[in-house]
Amino acid sequence: MTDHSAAPNQKRPFWTIARKDAAAGFLFIAPQTLGIITFVLVPLGLVFYYSMHEWNVLASTFTFVGDANYQMLLRDPNLPPVLLASAIFSAGLVVLNLSLALLLAVLLDQKLKGIVVFRTLFFSPVVVSLVAWTIVWSFLLQANGGINGILAVFGIEGPNWLRTPTTAMISVVVVQVFKNVGLNMILFLAALQGVPKELYEAARVDGASPFKQFRRITLPMISPTILLTSIITIVGSLQVFAQIAILTKGGPGVSTTVLVYYLYQQAFQFNFFGYGSTLSILLFLIVAVLTFIQWQMRKRIVFYEN
Amino acid sequence: MTRLAMLKATAASAGILLPLAWGGVAWAQDAVNLRMTIWSANEAHLALFNEIAEGFKATHPNVSVTFEPLPFENYTTTLTTQIAGGNPPDLAWIFETSAADFVNSGALAPLTEAFTNTEGYDLADVTEAATALWTRDSQLYAYPFSTSPFAVFVNNDLVTAAGAKTPAELIAAGEWTWDNALATAKAVADNGKDGLVIRDFNYQTWQNLTAFWRGWGANAWSEDGKTCGFTEQPMVDAMTRLHQAIFVDGALPGPGENVDFFAGDAAMTITQISRASLLPKDDPFDWDLVPLPEGPAGAYSVIGQAAVGAFANRPNTDVAVEFLGYMTNPENSEKLAQFFPPARASLLNAETLGKTNPLLAPEQIENVVIAGISNGKVIAGHTNFAQIQQTIRASLDGLWVADADVPAVLASVCQGVSPLLMR
Repeated sequence: MTDHSAAPNQKRPFWTIARKDAAAGFLFIAPQTLGIITFVLVPLGLVFYYSMHEWNVLASTFTFVGDANYQMLLRDPNLPPVLLASAIFSAGLVVLNLSLALLLAVLLDQKLKGIVVFRTLFFSPVVVSLVAWTIVWSFLLQANGGINGILAVFGIEGPNWLRTPTTAMISVVVVQVFKNVGLNMILFLAALQGVPKELYEAARVDGASPFKQFRRITLPMISPTILLTSIITIVGSLQVFAQIAILTKGGPGVSTTVLVYYLYQQAFQFNFFGYGSTLSILLFLIVAVLTFIQWQMRKRIVFYEN
Repeated sequence: MTRLAMLKATAASAGILLPLAWGGVAWAQDAVNLRMTIWSANEAHLALFNEIAEGFKATHPNVSVTFEPLPFENYTTTLTTQIAGGNPPDLAWIFETSAADFVNSGALAPLTEAFTNTEGYDLADVTEAATALWTRDSQLYAYPFSTSPFAVFVNNDLVTAAGAKTPAELIAAGEWTWDNALATAKAVADNGKDGLVIRDFNYQTWQNLTAFWRGWGANAWSEDGKTCGFTEQPMVDAMTRLHQAIFVDGALPGPGENVDFFAGDAAMTITQISRASLLPKDDPFDWDLVPLPEGPAGAYSVIGQAAVGAFANRPNTDVAVEFLGYMTNPENSEKLAQFFPPARASLLNAETLGKTNPLLAPEQIENVVIAGISNGKVIAGHTNFAQIQQTIRASLDGLWVADADVPAVLASVCQGVSPLLMR
């Protein structure tokens, strides 16, 4: 027998406490969920849908082409150099960024008067607008710009940084490293300060050299942070766009045309929205696979205290 | 959570969501709002356009036209993104290099019939040379409101300071050739300023070099657009000469150097005559405007064009076409001529153009503007121009270094771009 028939006049209210709580909870997450659906999930689905179509914007034709765009990925003669440029950029950025950030963090992890000034100084580029930062660097890196002006004082004739393939790639990497190294530095600094001091004391008693202490205590203890920063930096490096668009426009040749810039060219400049979508699916897969690999590596490399 | 709090939360989210849902509902009324995308943010230009739009209101009180300036550099990209996003303008300016893409796509509304039926329009007055690029199957798809020849602006102060003859003197002596022009540029560069600036080229926008290589009879591709022209002998000769002028003589600023002629930093600049508005108002230098020098292939002139078209299959396409017919009728064309060299034969005379271009002397108008428009050939465009531009730009990067192998680089240009030209 149900409640209804037992007590027709004493119907249990629909809004029980549990239901109220659930409804309130859903309302609280509604804005965020709506945002994710609107700006992440729906576009992701649409990009996949577009990638199976040929979309001529001007003629407003939209034809299903199956896997033709994916076939084109395999035949596109520009794709190998573009992927190579992306790989060089990401590898250069991660290695340079993480080692410089760690070096700065170790140097700044001292109890000295005024050390806060230096920490602030190295962190300040992080809060500067990316575009403003890059535009200033584009002036500095011109053939007759500030960098070569300084070199000339020492009698060195600097290269035309952004117009020579090797130096162009080095330039975009270094500009990006200086922009964001402060963020990783702060993360490392926090991790360093979380390492228990008694570990170092014990090591000193056992006669371990400072290098050995760093190798055997510091590195393992901050390895979760190293993993975190390397994931953030790699994913960030694959999304680099503004720096390329402002500094080199992908040149000279295609030497700095990274994947994101290439897909922007294909979709928005050449109006191949279908193929551009296919390229973004490729980018999505690359980021997903890299993140998965790094996540798997944590079991083998990263050290957790408990 | 209390009932009251729940009510508040519900009301708040409804307050956010419901207007979003209703905002998309269009209010059906008679008012027609037309939007035209343009790449000029010049206030004088905008004032003139608004004046023309007001004039249209006299006969069409329900129609308003807004002009939306987009950044010049990414103009076509921004425009096609608007179209892709389902929010195209009603009318748009179009570069000559994108003409083929827009005219062949079917995106634009045909204009010929509407213009012919507009009283007093006189479509026959618009020269065929000007409309060729914008016509398909004898149907006009966009009106070339600006037919602007490339010419050379000269800073005579810098030229005489370097002890060289001014271009005007060279022209009088019949010696205005590329060899002498580049020698003048070198003399000024040797004297501490910069020589010749090919404006907006920046070692990226190579199509602006057309104003240079046509002097050798060179072309980026054949008339039918199918064959790459970069390996032809005239192009090899022109580019070899240009490379020498940049990297041996220093007659042109090198890659990555920003030099502004109109700030008084260079002896000469090649650009369209509509840039005369950039000449300094206060403390000006002694400037001149002369035709392009003669090349080995003789005298020539090159034209850059801009047209305006109306998008087809839009709710207000008919009104947009009607407005375009009003905007480019003889009377308004004369007004537009003060900024944009006209395509109407009746306006191509020193008297009319002199009234609207007070900056230019009569002989400058005669020798540069009228002669240029009458004899000039438009910069070559191509279907799928953006990709072709980018592909050639990437290959040509190899040319802009001191020790470049010019024929080898030009061969690589053709190797890269030929498959795209064939399509």
